[in-house]
Amino acid sequence: MMKQNNIPKIPAEKFQFVGDEGRLHDQKMDTKQLSYFRDAFNRFCKNKSSVTAAIIILLLVMYAVFVPIFCTTNYAAALTDTTYLQYTKLLPRNKLCVTLGWDFWDGCSDMTISEDQYNAYRATMQETGEPVIKEVYNQFANSDGKLRYDVRVDSYLANGYAYLTLTADEYKDIQQWQLENGIQVIYPAVTDGAATNADIWYAANRKGAAKLDKDGNFVHDYKTFGNDGDYNSLRVEGDPGIEDPESPKRFRYANVAGTSEAMSFKCRVFKNAYFQYRYGHEASFLFGTTNMGQDILTRLANAARFSLLFAVCVAAINLTLGAVIGAIEGYYGGMVDMLMERFIDILSRVPFMVVASLFQLHLAAKVGPVVSMLFAFILTGWIGMAGTTRMQFYRYKGQEYVLASRVLGASDWRIMFRHIFPNSLGTIITSSVLVIPGVIFSESSLTYLGIVNLDSSAMTSVGTMLANAKGFLSTYPHIILFPALFISLLEISFNLFGNGLRDAFNPSLRGAED
Amino acid sequence: MSTFKYILKRVAFAVLVFFIIISVCFLLVRILPNEIPNVLLKDQQLMIQERVKQGLMYPDGTKVPLMIQYWNFVKKTLIGFNWGLSEQLYQNRFCFDVFLEKLPNTVLVNAYSSLLAVPTGLALGIYAALKKNKWQDHLISTGVMVMVSVPSYIYAFLIQYFLCFKLKWFPQLVESGTDYFTWEMFRSQLPAVISLALGSIAGYARFTRAELTEVLTSDYLLLARTKGLTRAQTTVRHALRNAMVPIFPSIMTEVIAVLGGSLIIESIFAVPGVGPLYVRSITARDYNFFILLSAFYTVIGLVAGIVVDLSYGIIDPRIRMGSKK
Repeated sequence: MMKQNNIPKIPAEKFQFVGDEGRLHDQKMDTKQLSYFRDAFNRFCKNKSSVTAAIIILLLVMYAVFVPIFCTTNYAAALTDTTYLQYTKLLPRNKLCVTLGWDFWDGCSDMTISEDQYNAYRATMQETGEPVIKEVYNQFANSDGKLRYDVRVDSYLANGYAYLTLTADEYKDIQQWQLENGIQVIYPAVTDGAATNADIWYAANRKGAAKLDKDGNFVHDYKTFGNDGDYNSLRVEGDPGIEDPESPKRFRYANVAGTSEAMSFKCRVFKNAYFQYRYGHEASFLFGTTNMGQDILTRLANAARFSLLFAVCVAAINLTLGAVIGAIEGYYGGMVDMLMERFIDILSRVPFMVVASLFQLHLAAKVGPVVSMLFAFILTGWIGMAGTTRMQFYRYKGQEYVLASRVLGASDWRIMFRHIFPNSLGTIITSSVLVIPGVIFSESSLTYLGIVNLDSSAMTSVGTMLANAKGFLSTYPHIILFPALFISLLEISFNLFGNGLRDAFNPSLRGAED
Repeated sequence: MSTFKYILKRVAFAVLVFFIIISVCFLLVRILPNEIPNVLLKDQQLMIQERVKQGLMYPDGTKVPLMIQYWNFVKKTLIGFNWGLSEQLYQNRFCFDVFLEKLPNTVLVNAYSSLLAVPTGLALGIYAALKKNKWQDHLISTGVMVMVSVPSYIYAFLIQYFLCFKLKWFPQLVESGTDYFTWEMFRSQLPAVISLALGSIAGYARFTRAELTEVLTSDYLLLARTKGLTRAQTTVRHALRNAMVPIFPSIMTEVIAVLGGSLIIESIFAVPGVGPLYVRSITARDYNFFILLSAFYTVIGLVAGIVVDLSYGIIDPRIRMGSKK
């Protein structure tokens, strides 16, 4: 029997590794390692509709951000400049379409008008020489025997005249501008100085219908005292301007009131020409104007900016709050979880409209309608997120790696937010995107219904714009068209984008809900 | 027995939740200033009389302390069912009477819309699932996606503009009056019904398609086919019945939600229903109405929750609500 510790010395070279010839190693990765987000991004890019939606969202956001900065049309000036009230309900006009001569997006509309209205437009045409009526398609007798006209009317020119009360300096300035540019702004004053309708420069009955002479021409009603005869030229050329040299202190282009030191000149101005004088460019609104004379292009951009910013704020606050509460619930479980769940049960049963209106009744006067609406959205908005996070915590908190971390002495906070929480990051990103269209929808509903009133010259929301425009749905549909188009496009693309993100982050859920 | 106990438990909890919500609502509303509106002396006296009856005011016109007001509210309004006078919107009329008068309009419009939406939505969803990944499916899915995303008031505007203004098929606003079942009334309600239904149709179609495609790929359907059943038989007898398990509860919600209606569609088409009443009660600060209608909407939400849970057991007897694992 050989003793075990009595082994003769074996030379080292006799030792050999078993299977040394084919030693196994981990092979080095040939491909580049993909991070979680890179992987999701790659998957997202394959989904063409979602990429398109993302681009559309980007464009809409850029519209909301940059248009109020770079387009200072009437929206910015509306606070101080009340003349904008003169330019209401103008139709959308794209200068490109006008130069190309298209009968589309050119600020004109086809309509059927009565004979009196037709005469009124014709009078404006005669006095200003501008083509108010672009085309007469048809003339027919209605069932009541009155004449009707199918015409195409330029809304910018049909806007007509307004009475403005100017100071002597302003009056002179306009006269000067007229001479320089050859565009007539101020038109002769009429006999009836108290007349309210500035469009009427001709003999008319009480209703404003023109009284024509027997040849069918207008009979003018100009204030012709002083030296007459120079009314044959309505154009600006050769006009003496501010004062009649033949008989001083007699103004043919204004009704003058006040003392000789501070005179005020009430003038009939042609609105379209006055716009050009005042703002240096022709009146042309890409999206038209609202019933308050606000430019829809900039107003909508402001509304969109508010709606988007509000939605992003609500989403961010709700997700943070929901994540923290859900994490605490899910991690500690037991009594904490039970109490919180019952609390959520009650809270989630409160109708949202009731919450929103109670907040408005109580807080709107103190902190403003926007902040009180924000509170209403936050009060119940975090519940969904808390539920998702809670589920994630229940799923992961018992796993070995969490135990290992605890054994190594990690604090509760660290385990919750360093180890468990990142597991639900994909879900959170997805739901944060899907929350935004929901918030925009609810916010626009609340403002549309007037429960939250956001209408001011400085701020508005898409819902408020829709609410203000709904009265003009039949007559001026363009006022409602652009806000409606914007919100539809935004909702569709956000939903597509959100679905794309969900598929990218959780490929197993693909197609579950679309 | 356990189902019965479960129902009892759910109902008890719902009553508790309702009580908490309505209490908070009442207290928040009653701390707001609420003066008697400046109307005829006769009407004012009637209002004071009613407020005294409700226990909100002493006969000499001084305010009852809030907590005693609350106790009176529980006693006289929640138990005695006296919701008080409408002081701003409908002078000298009881809130509850006005509410009952408005309710049929809301219910009718929403019931028509459900009757239209449920079968159409299910049919579209089933068709899309059967034609999965063919052009019919893509068409329906795209339409559904657009309909689900676009807010309901947008297509309400479209319908109002094209069907009511341009084509003049329907009157612009819903007729008032109480002749609920005349052709004129139905015709005037149709635009609102269609606007309401479009969203639901899209929702049902999407849901049905998702559920049915999942069932159609399952193993037991393959077994049914190998047994020799035709495709129609497997679809109707096996796939559809199983797909209905999650769909049926959402139909039940719809049936309950008929009462609640849609605030926004009703206000667009001027349906003289509960929705516009609620909005007006807020803007006019008619607090008695506000409390009544808040209570109404809360009850609808709670009842819908219970009914949904119970309807799982009705459609699929294997599901026993409240049973232990």
